[in-house]
Amino acid sequence: MTEKKKIVRVTGVTKDFDLGKIVVKVLKGIDLEIEEGKYISIMGPSGSGKSTLFNMIGGLDKPTSGKVFIDEVDIAQLDAYELAWLRCRKIGYIFQTFNLIPVMTALENITIPMTFAGVSNDAALRRGMELLDQVGLTGRHTHRPSELSGGQQQRVAVARALANSPAIILADEPTGNLDLTTGEDIIRLLKELSLQRGVTVISATHDYKMLNVSDQVVWIRDGQVDKIQERDELDIRTGGLESARH
Amino acid sequence: MRRLVALPLSKSFQMAYQSIRVRFFRSLVTTTSLVLAVAFLTFTQAGNDITEGLLISQDPAFLQILSKIGYDVSPDAPSINSSPKQRWIVFLSLLVCVVGIINAQLMSVTERFREIGTLKCLGALDRFIVRIFVIEATMQGLAGGVVGALLGTLVALTASIFRFGSAAVSVMPWTDLGATIFYAVCTGTGLSLLGVLYPAIIASRMLPVEAMRVEQ
Ligand SMILES: Nc1ncnc2c1ncn2[C@@H]1O[C@H](COP(=O)(O)OP(=O)(O)OP(=O)(O)O)[C@@H](O)[C@H]1O
Ligand SMILES: [Mg+2]
Repeated sequence: MTEKKKIVRVTGVTKDFDLGKIVVKVLKGIDLEIEEGKYISIMGPSGSGKSTLFNMIGGLDKPTSGKVFIDEVDIAQLDAYELAWLRCRKIGYIFQTFNLIPVMTALENITIPMTFAGVSNDAALRRGMELLDQVGLTGRHTHRPSELSGGQQQRVAVARALANSPAIILADEPTGNLDLTTGEDIIRLLKELSLQRGVTVISATHDYKMLNVSDQVVWIRDGQVDKIQERDELDIRTGGLESARH
Repeated sequence: MRRLVALPLSKSFQMAYQSIRVRFFRSLVTTTSLVLAVAFLTFTQAGNDITEGLLISQDPAFLQILSKIGYDVSPDAPSINSSPKQRWIVFLSLLVCVVGIINAQLMSVTERFREIGTLKCLGALDRFIVRIFVIEATMQGLAGGVVGALLGTLVALTASIFRFGSAAVSVMPWTDLGATIFYAVCTGTGLSLLGVLYPAIIASRMLPVEAMRVEQ
């Protein structure tokens, strides 16, 4: 176990939101180590701080205290360029609300990160089409997000997250706005990627379908890590439903 | 390894153009207020240019009409400038326009905060965001400025032909009119940029989560 590279390391991360009159302590000291190539689910009740933790790991927000290391680099030490580079090349983000650029077509949405990464236009278009095929949206490249269903939009978002072959995919409730089968499709897609390309998938969710594919489940409760379960521990307890009840 | 993120200029133009095209109606509203203000500015300024041209021509027929409508036509009179009242009206109309444009641009940036946050998640630097908005505002400003300036000049020309007869065309100070159009277009573009810079800079400096959390 220990010989595997820790791609994400979170030490003593806290996050307070100052609302003027009161300070809400959302994260109360999170310590977490995530191995390369694993499929991790962050589970917990609504309001437990999953999204907040997700934003810290992705360098989208700053912790009040504590450190986040990606590839053993403290992301608080990065300057604006390096941070942009990290977001562009190292991490692919998937959001519950898809967050596609509404004025752009599916293909253009997928090619934005490649443009930022300096990939030539032709190469980006070619790779964009490949990715569309891969997520099962062949022939939809000229469609705008408003012309696609939720599941299709999320597929575009997955393809966009993969554009620069990131080492980590961060997904905050990727199935939250999707129906059961579409959600399963997206989960399967993420799992395949994790297996085929060795991408580390970190997904915040309260979707129990996720448990079946996860290598590790991190349970968050009230801003703290409640427990961390390996896959085999989950299997013993009949697919996680037992532990879900907790 | 150099850790570079880039957005080629051509790509910025493409993104700005696309955003205007897709949000055509919203762009049209912003641009229309610009057109009107610039047209008014050009109309008064071009009117002065034309009167001055007539005065310089020293044609008795024109001088007679000019003195009838209240101009000092004696040879040593100072050149015609816009009256204080006129300047005041132009100033007010520009002010109203500036406020209108800033408001419209503020709205159009605010409604795209989520988009800005998303672009930052995908690796955009602050200045990519600002650049896209600046290009957009410049395109709108130029379009609105040109249309407004031409409109204002056209109205001023038509009015002077009605007033002084078609012979007035022969003494038009075309270079002055050209300069007026040029300055009016610059003013329009400047106003449009002024309106977009502040919100765009604020938005581009936000942390991605903050930008994405803003109510749409
Ligand atoms: N910007 C903010 N300002 C104030 N409080 C916030 C802010 N963002 C989050 N919170 C609070 O932090 C807590 C955790 O929020 P978070 O979004 O991380 O929960 P979550 O676990 O992702 O929940 P869900 O499953 O519903 O998405 C909530 O109580 C929320 O009210
Ligand atoms: Mg959440």
